[in-house]
Amino acid sequence: MSTTSGQPAPVTGRAAAAADGAVELVEEVDEPRGPGRTSGIHGSRLTPYLFLAPFLTLFTVFVLVPGLLGIWISLHNWDFLLPNKPFVGAQNYLDLFDSSSVQFESFWNSMRATGFFVLISVPFLVVLPLLLAMLLHRHFPGRTFFRAIFFAPFVLGVAVIGLMWSYLLDPSFGLVNGMLGAIGLPDDTAWTTSQPYAWISLAAVTIWWTMGFNAVIYLAGLGDIPADHYEAAELDGASSWQQLRYITIPGLRPVLVFIVITTVLASANMFGQSYLITQGGPGETTRTAIMVITDLGLTQYRMGEASAMSYVLAVFLSLVALVNFWALREKK
Amino acid sequence: MRRKNGPLFWVTLGILTVVFVGPLLLILLTSFKSQSESRTVPPTYFPAEPTLRAYDVLFFQDAASPVLLWFANSLGAASMHALLVVTVCSLAGYALARMEFRFKRAIFTGIILTLFVPSFIFLMPNFLILDKVGWLDTIWALVVPGAAGAFGVFFMRQFFLGLPKELEESARLDGAGPFRTWWSIVLPNARPALVTLAVLSFLANWNDFIWPIYVLFSPERLTLPAGLSRLQGAYTIDYPVVMAGAMLAAIPVLALYVFVQRYVIEGVASSGVKG
Repeated sequence: MSTTSGQPAPVTGRAAAAADGAVELVEEVDEPRGPGRTSGIHGSRLTPYLFLAPFLTLFTVFVLVPGLLGIWISLHNWDFLLPNKPFVGAQNYLDLFDSSSVQFESFWNSMRATGFFVLISVPFLVVLPLLLAMLLHRHFPGRTFFRAIFFAPFVLGVAVIGLMWSYLLDPSFGLVNGMLGAIGLPDDTAWTTSQPYAWISLAAVTIWWTMGFNAVIYLAGLGDIPADHYEAAELDGASSWQQLRYITIPGLRPVLVFIVITTVLASANMFGQSYLITQGGPGETTRTAIMVITDLGLTQYRMGEASAMSYVLAVFLSLVALVNFWALREKK
Repeated sequence: MRRKNGPLFWVTLGILTVVFVGPLLLILLTSFKSQSESRTVPPTYFPAEPTLRAYDVLFFQDAASPVLLWFANSLGAASMHALLVVTVCSLAGYALARMEFRFKRAIFTGIILTLFVPSFIFLMPNFLILDKVGWLDTIWALVVPGAAGAFGVFFMRQFFLGLPKELEESARLDGAGPFRTWWSIVLPNARPALVTLAVLSFLANWNDFIWPIYVLFSPERLTLPAGLSRLQGAYTIDYPVVMAGAMLAAIPVLALYVFVQRYVIEGVASSGVKG
C-alpha cells in the first residue's frame, strides 16, 4: 500500500477535472519529472505500465521475440545439434518449391493431406452443429443438461480422444466393428490402417470431439435473433424451411463467418488425431503438415527447413481465411 | 417458437446422448476388463469379471511409467498456469480498459493482432528460447510461455469495460490507489470472468499435447497426456491399462466441468460471438 498512499488527491482531482482522456494526456506530457519515487503524480503516470508490465514481459519473450526469431531461423541452415548455423538466405523457402529438393515430396504430401482433411471435416463441422444448436434452442426441460452433455467431449484432450478411439476403432477387437457385426454389417473394416477408412475415422472422431464447441457458439448466436422475427414470419405463414432460409441463416451470418474461419484453421492444425490414431498412415497418407513440421523441427532438430515450412503454411492459412472472409461477407 | 416437442424430438435427443456419452462409458467399462477379455471377438460391452488389474498395473507395476507423478505434474502445471494467466491478464486487461496512457492504442492493437498468428509458428523459436533460459524438460516450459496469449487480456478487458465505473470512483474518493482499487473493488466484482478464464486456461493446459511431447524428455517430468502417448507404444496390446490411463486424464476435467460447465460454455460462447 505504501507506494499508492500518496496518490488520492491528484488522481481524484484529475478525474473530476478531466472527463475526457485528452486533457489528461496533455497534462501528463507536460508534467515535470519529480525525483521522488512515491510522488503521487509520478506514481500515477507509471501505474498503467506497472499493470501492463508482467503481461508485456511474457508477451515480448514468448510471442514477439519468437515471432521474429522464427523468420531468422528460417533463413539459416539451422540444425539445433550443430555448432554452425550458416546463413542461407531464402534457400529453405526456395527448396519447398523445387521438386528436386529433399523436403519437397513430404511437405507437399502433408499439405495435400491437410487440405483434404479440411475439405472432408469442415462441411460437417459447420452444418451438424447448426442442426444440433437448433435442436437445443427449442424450449424443453433439461436443455442446459443436454447442452452440457453434447459439449462434454470437447473438454477432453486430444490424447484421451486419440487413445480411446484407437481402441474403439481397432479392426479385430474394437467395439465399432463389434457393433457393426452385431447388426449384420461387415465387422472387419481396417478403420485405422486402410484408406479411405483412415480418413473417415479421423474426420468422424474430430466431428464427435469438437462439434459441441461449434454448437455452443451457434446457440449463442441463435439467442441473439429476436423471437418476434419468427412470430411475425409465422403469422405470415412462413414454413420452417423459409424461416431457416430467411431469418435464421441471415441472422447467424457473423457467427457463421467466425465458425467457418476458425473451423478451417482448427482442421488445418490437425495433429494429435493422426499422431495417435493412424500414426500418419497407412503409408504417409494421413501425415498432416503440422506432423511433418514438428517431426523435422523438433525431433530431427532441422529447424531452419521446418521454420520455413511453418511460415509457408501460415501464409496459406491466412490466404484461406481471407478468401473465406471475402466469400462470406455481407453482400450489399 | 413454442412448438410442442413430439416423440421424434426426444428420440433424437436420446440417440445423440448415446452417441456423445456412449464411447466414454465403453472406455470406462473397458478399463475394468481383464487383458484377455479386452481382446475377445466379438467384443463385450460390460466386463464379465470386473477387475481393478488395469489400475493396479497403471499405478504400481511399471516403474518406467510413473503415472501418479505424471498426474501430479499435470495438476501442478495446469494450476500454476491458470493462476499466472489470471494474474497477468487481469492486471493488463484492467489497465487497457480503464487507464489512459501513451501508446495504449498501439499496445492493444499489437496484442490483438497476434490472435491471428497461428500458434505453430511459435513452436520452434520458443523451444530455442526455453533452451536458452534452461527451462526445457522442466515444469516452467508448461506453465509460462502459454500465458503470453492475447486471448486472456482481450477477455478480461472486455469484461472490465462492461463493469460500472461508480464503484471504482467511490473507492478512489475514499483514498484507495489504483492497485488497491483493482485488488479490493474490481477483482471481487470480476469473479465470473476470473473463474471462466482460470477454468479455460486450466483445461487448455491440462489437455495440451503437442507442446509437452516435444519440450519434456525425462520420464518423471512428463504430463499425463504426454506420458499416456508413450504408454500406448509400450502397451500396444494391453488396452485396459491404456484405457485406465485415458480415464485418469479424463475424469478430473470432466469432474471440473460438471461443477463449472456454465462458466466454460458461456466463456466459449462469448468468445465466439463477440470475438
